[in-house]
Amino acid sequence: MFSLLNIRIGFFLAKRQIRRSSPWTTTLIISVMFFTFLNLVVVSGILVGLIQGAIDAVRTHYTSDVIISTLSNKTYIENSPEIISIVKSLPQIESMTARYLEGGTLEANYKTRISEKEKPNTAAASITGIDPVAEDKVTNLSKFIVEGEYLTASDYDQVLLGAYLTQKYLPIDSPGFATLRDVEPGAKIRIKVNGVEREVTIKGIIKAKVDEVSMRVFMVDSQLRSIIGRNDYNVDEISIKLKPDADPAIVRDILKQNGVDRVAKVQTYADAQPKFIKDMVDTFALLGNMLSSIGLVVASITIFIVIFINAITRRKFIGILKGIGINERAIEISYILQSFFYALWGSVIGIIVLYVFLQPWIAAHPIDFPFSDGILAAPIVGTMFRVGLLMLTTIIAGFIPARMVVRKNTLDSILGRN
Amino acid sequence: MIQVRNLKKSFKDGEKTTEVLKGIDFTAKNGEFIAVMGRSGAGKSTFLYQMSLLDEPTSGEIFLNDIDTHNMSLDEKTSFRLSELGYVFQDYALLPDMNALENVAIPLLMQNLSKREAYAKAASALAKIGLAENLYDHLPSNLSGGEQQRVSIARAIAHEPKILFADEPTANLDNESSRVIMQIFDELHKGGQTIIMVTHEEEYSQHAERVILLDDGKIIKESSQKPV
Repeated sequence: MFSLLNIRIGFFLAKRQIRRSSPWTTTLIISVMFFTFLNLVVVSGILVGLIQGAIDAVRTHYTSDVIISTLSNKTYIENSPEIISIVKSLPQIESMTARYLEGGTLEANYKTRISEKEKPNTAAASITGIDPVAEDKVTNLSKFIVEGEYLTASDYDQVLLGAYLTQKYLPIDSPGFATLRDVEPGAKIRIKVNGVEREVTIKGIIKAKVDEVSMRVFMVDSQLRSIIGRNDYNVDEISIKLKPDADPAIVRDILKQNGVDRVAKVQTYADAQPKFIKDMVDTFALLGNMLSSIGLVVASITIFIVIFINAITRRKFIGILKGIGINERAIEISYILQSFFYALWGSVIGIIVLYVFLQPWIAAHPIDFPFSDGILAAPIVGTMFRVGLLMLTTIIAGFIPARMVVRKNTLDSILGRN
Repeated sequence: MIQVRNLKKSFKDGEKTTEVLKGIDFTAKNGEFIAVMGRSGAGKSTFLYQMSLLDEPTSGEIFLNDIDTHNMSLDEKTSFRLSELGYVFQDYALLPDMNALENVAIPLLMQNLSKREAYAKAASALAKIGLAENLYDHLPSNLSGGEQQRVSIARAIAHEPKILFADEPTANLDNESSRVIMQIFDELHKGGQTIIMVTHEEEYSQHAERVILLDDGKIIKESSQKPV
């Protein structure tokens, strides 16, 4: 079928048909293919990007590239100062932050509580002691202040309150999850940790689409150490930001080789992802593929209709071509090439729009989903696979109607007989 | 040489069967110019389509240059038409997306000639039938009926077919254009081209050296004459 001669003649016919077809029709068909391409790539890209945005946010604003955390049977990372020294000595490290964590309760509005019978306004929270400068270098925490100001190293008895601990930002009324009412920067709240209670001032409200940020209370590390009485400088978490070209897995392995994994959990940001996140990525990718498949079917039907109408209205000329001795295969190839032309241009324009405009634009202006800043995940390999799929589908969708018309009796076609 | 034996063709329309050709025997020698005449519905065009392998007879035998066409596959027939036969249709049957030169060149390209050779041969065929060179790049829609029919003839003869079939080539043309077309046929005939032409016009049948008259699917009269 695909002899060089047939391809050559098919190309000759296709070129002339496309060249002399209506520019509006050509533009319309290419537009359909362009939007089909976007449907194939962008729908699944947004769905995967929704989760990818959440993953990226956790990496950027919490775990960073590598995170060292407490073993499940320990309350803190033993020998933390030594581990921090090892971390700081690694050439791949750009910056790091160590955190103290302690579970505690917060109480607000205790000054306006008029009787013992009145339920105190409390909320459970993870109290996090940080070096504000180091933390900001690693996780850009200061960027998420929505009210008030960020901490400084000299802030005494001042805290940043996670927005999801306040009713204002998390207006849900669940008996299992309490939030603080009427709190704002400048308000005083009580923090109770390990039986020690201290009154602190809210310096700022912090809100990010990462629960580890929005559901914590941050205070200067020395303050928390004094509350919990941890004088050995053993911390609970160390987030490590690497230089741009450094591989987190290599750094993780170096730390393990140095014995850090005997006293702490050493994970890359990918290792630290909960399984449900990985499952969600797979689920959304599957969902995206299902939606894309529908798009592919629509594209196939569109091309089928376009080529069928084209071939049926040109049936007489197909008959003439056969009549003067043009091989049927060459005529079919001409329609396959026309389908290929439409799919190719639709895809080329789609690729340009995707990588030159759409992806950079969405990266700069992420889609504001409730739990993530959605990006457009469109890896080149996946996109090329989809382009290939679109081409293949289009070619088949172009070939079938062409074959249906070409195989009709030559004379019937010439004379327009049924 | 064309040999037709007991050629029959019938069409089915539901339960009804219409016999259009009712057993035709016919022979044409190489280089002959034969006019097929008859009233409307006599079966002239159907007869031409069977001989020219554009259609499948219901029964009978057709030998073209001593080749039995009965057992040919569709692809073989297409290939045979490309190399051995030429067609001139009543409505010119040009391809609207191609200019005059391309219309003539396409069968030549299918014969695996290079683009340069095909275009040169197409230009030579167009020159032979007297189409002005400035019209070569015109689309059929920009040509007059006479010019379109010239292009159609050029396409039919460009690959030097053994037999040229013409189905009422002057039917859609004015007198002047018809006269020019018939002159071209005369020239081709003088050059040894076998021509089988269907016509219903007495005047143009006089250009042929033999006239066969069809009626009700049968040859009812066959006469030789000195062409005008």
